[in-house]
Amino acid sequence: MATYNLSINSKDHNIEADPQMPLLWVIRELVGLTGTKYGCGIAQCGACTVQLNGNPVRSCSLPVSMVAGQPITTIEGLSPDNSHPIQKAWIAEQVPQCGYCQSGQIMTAAALLKRTPNPTDADIDNAMQGHICRCGTYTRIRKAIKTAAHLANQ
Amino acid sequence: MQNPRPNISRRNFITQTGLTGIALTLGIVLPGCGNDKGGVVNVSQGNGAGAGTELMSWISVDQSGKVYIMNHRSEMGQGTSQAIPQIIAEELEVTLDQVSIRSAPANPKKYGPQPSDGSFSVRGWHKQLLLAGASARQMLITAAADRWKVPVSECYARSGEVIHHPSGKKLGYGALVEEAAKLPPPQNVVLKERKDYTVIGRPMPRLDTPLKTNGTAVFGLDKKLPGMLYAMVERSPRFRGKVKSIDDSASMAIAGVKRVLKVRRPVFGTWYEGVAVVADTLWGAMQARKALKVEWDDDGIERLDSDKLRARMLEDLKKPGPSEKFEAAYAKAAKKLEAVYETPYQSHSCMEPLNCIADVRDNSIEVWGPIQEANWIQAYLSENMKMPAANITVNMTFLGGGFGRKASPDYPYEAAYISREMKAPVQVVWTREDDMTMGLFRTGSAYACRGGLDAHGNISAFQAITASQPFGEGTDEDGKPGPASDNSGNMSGLLAGYLQSIPHYSFGWCAVKSIIPTIWWRAPNAHSDGFAGESFIDELAFAAGKDPLEFRKAHLPGARYQALIEKLETVSGWKGRGRKEGWGVAITQCFGSTVGHIVKVSKRPDGKIKIEKVFSVIDCGWYVNPDIISAQLEGSIVMGLGAAIKHETHFKDGMAVEKNFDTYPMPRIHDIPDIEVHIMENNEAAGGVGEPGLPPFAPALCNAIFDLTGKRIRKLPFNLEEV
Repeated sequence: MATYNLSINSKDHNIEADPQMPLLWVIRELVGLTGTKYGCGIAQCGACTVQLNGNPVRSCSLPVSMVAGQPITTIEGLSPDNSHPIQKAWIAEQVPQCGYCQSGQIMTAAALLKRTPNPTDADIDNAMQGHICRCGTYTRIRKAIKTAAHLANQ
Repeated sequence: MQNPRPNISRRNFITQTGLTGIALTLGIVLPGCGNDKGGVVNVSQGNGAGAGTELMSWISVDQSGKVYIMNHRSEMGQGTSQAIPQIIAEELEVTLDQVSIRSAPANPKKYGPQPSDGSFSVRGWHKQLLLAGASARQMLITAAADRWKVPVSECYARSGEVIHHPSGKKLGYGALVEEAAKLPPPQNVVLKERKDYTVIGRPMPRLDTPLKTNGTAVFGLDKKLPGMLYAMVERSPRFRGKVKSIDDSASMAIAGVKRVLKVRRPVFGTWYEGVAVVADTLWGAMQARKALKVEWDDDGIERLDSDKLRARMLEDLKKPGPSEKFEAAYAKAAKKLEAVYETPYQSHSCMEPLNCIADVRDNSIEVWGPIQEANWIQAYLSENMKMPAANITVNMTFLGGGFGRKASPDYPYEAAYISREMKAPVQVVWTREDDMTMGLFRTGSAYACRGGLDAHGNISAFQAITASQPFGEGTDEDGKPGPASDNSGNMSGLLAGYLQSIPHYSFGWCAVKSIIPTIWWRAPNAHSDGFAGESFIDELAFAAGKDPLEFRKAHLPGARYQALIEKLETVSGWKGRGRKEGWGVAITQCFGSTVGHIVKVSKRPDGKIKIEKVFSVIDCGWYVNPDIISAQLEGSIVMGLGAAIKHETHFKDGMAVEKNFDTYPMPRIHDIPDIEVHIMENNEAAGGVGEPGLPPFAPALCNAIFDLTGKRIRKLPFNLEEV
């Protein structure tokens, strides 16, 4: 066990954890933020995606020892009131069905939009292909990212 | 849909014994035995619903005017939590922002049957829901008229208020609740006509969406209880294996580990064994499980391989005895065709792996989890834990997908078993690998189809023999099927209209010997039968030299089929398409709805096939929310695409091979074609929407590939890259 200082959603958390414990479980079980989901544990599905230094990362495969001191943003930190353009667009396009994968999808889409304010279809494919949605909301995800780009540019 | 396969009953009705409450609370009564009329009772009175009444769901209006609707159906993405309030709001004359939805726990005192299956939520209950909303509205209007001492006929309701038309006086529902609750429910409520609807039929945004975009929706895995322990279970990699020995020394040495114990879970009628590690943290349980050593006794259990199983299925196709009448008709056909089709075993792979919390006390059990079949789970726990069902509450969280897998009581039972042993609330967590390898699975199937055409190119004889596993724990006995049928029965998914135009048809089924546990998977049976049926119809159309859509049209009498086909033609520009340009069609039917897909494929510059577009038309009769219907069809197409070209569960040496998404690939965003959904407008009986869009995708895709390449695909899944 070791002590780590984590900056999650601009708040400091002192936690004690096994250095090998993946960030996903630290966030969910030790910090208590459950919007970030477990899907596969091997960085294949994207449900666990959070932003580390603004970049989307698979928290299920990142040991906590590797992330201390770097700013982490989870779905709860994107905006608590659904005011981020991506969240607004997700609601406008009625993207979620079961909703389980959507936190991860949204965190990657938000990072994409920051980097590429007007993403093409190819940009969206490249950014989002690491995510699985078993309900099959992909066509709406694509549409919502474009809607969000429009909202953000207004 | 008649099907010769046995099916375990998925609905049980539970008796309501009476409720009390200060709000105006209306319960919806289910048709009792011998009584085909539903009804509405005012349960505030406590005497409206006596013993023997079956109460399904309820609405309450409290004194602040807020409307509470118990959603008694699981919300796993299909939109029940939106559709049910939308139906009630229409007749109750409230806006959706006045409505709050609660997920109803399984409780035999209050709610009736709750399984979310058979795409049944709307088609099964909408009439009673409309009636409940209208009855409450009428009682509130009567209460207002009484208070104002004016005739009821001068009053109407709008947006949660009763309005006296001549004077313009208004009273909110909240102010009327106490008086309204004392009134008996009206006997002859007049329901609105569809043309007057302002809520039903509109694409109202889902009320659960904002919870799913900011991380606040609580799924099973997100639920925590004070003092809760975590359990992970090592289960026999071969189905039905028993625990021979446990070495827990390394596990018990891990900090926070409380106990290692043998557990069991019910897979239909068979108990499966496992070894649970219980710890005060999830991480501790995970580490302890890795350190656990278990030896399994699986002697005498057949170690199946996929190839062997497939060979057995193909042999089983020969088992049903001949139908003499069919054989005679087939012998006379001007042209004869035979084909064999195969579909794979697959996992459900819900994004949320299985998990469940149970808190078993001396006199009660409470369960929380992503659950599709609350009543079934309750019944299982009651029977096996010797606890009256009335003392068992099953709470449904949001489900991160369900697709039929979360209908089985096995994983909730595991949680309850461990909780009872530990005398503490316990959450059982399955890893993705557990979820993908331990079953239960979609059964694989094989089909032998034979068809005859008459001199005019019409189908004169049609037969489909199926070999597959029934839903359940499997069997180690060889199937002993009866003879194939004679102008009776059907396969799932095949349009009933064909059987009106085909003079001789025949169906048969052989249950395959296999101990792989199987369970319903989105659009049960139809997902596979539909592939065989609509592929073979397409082969017959080609053999007859007919346009595939015209051929179907000629064989499908009935205005609804004809209208759906015409709609498919129009929206896709079917008649103007070029020959051999990659167009395919398939139409199937299940759960009261008919769906046709037209798939357009093309060749990429590198010669590989690209799925460009899907035109989809659904006839689901009376419907509630067109946007949710579109979403369900889009999702069904994506799931159908995955099942057709992406993944399969193989078995080797008696164990499932694919363990995670690295070897069990899923469709991803770049795989998805353009999808265009159209809904037929009519006022026919409401049909399901969560499942019927899946079965026609695979055959429409394969028919399109045949159109483009001349190559028939008869075995799923196939690699699109290698066509």
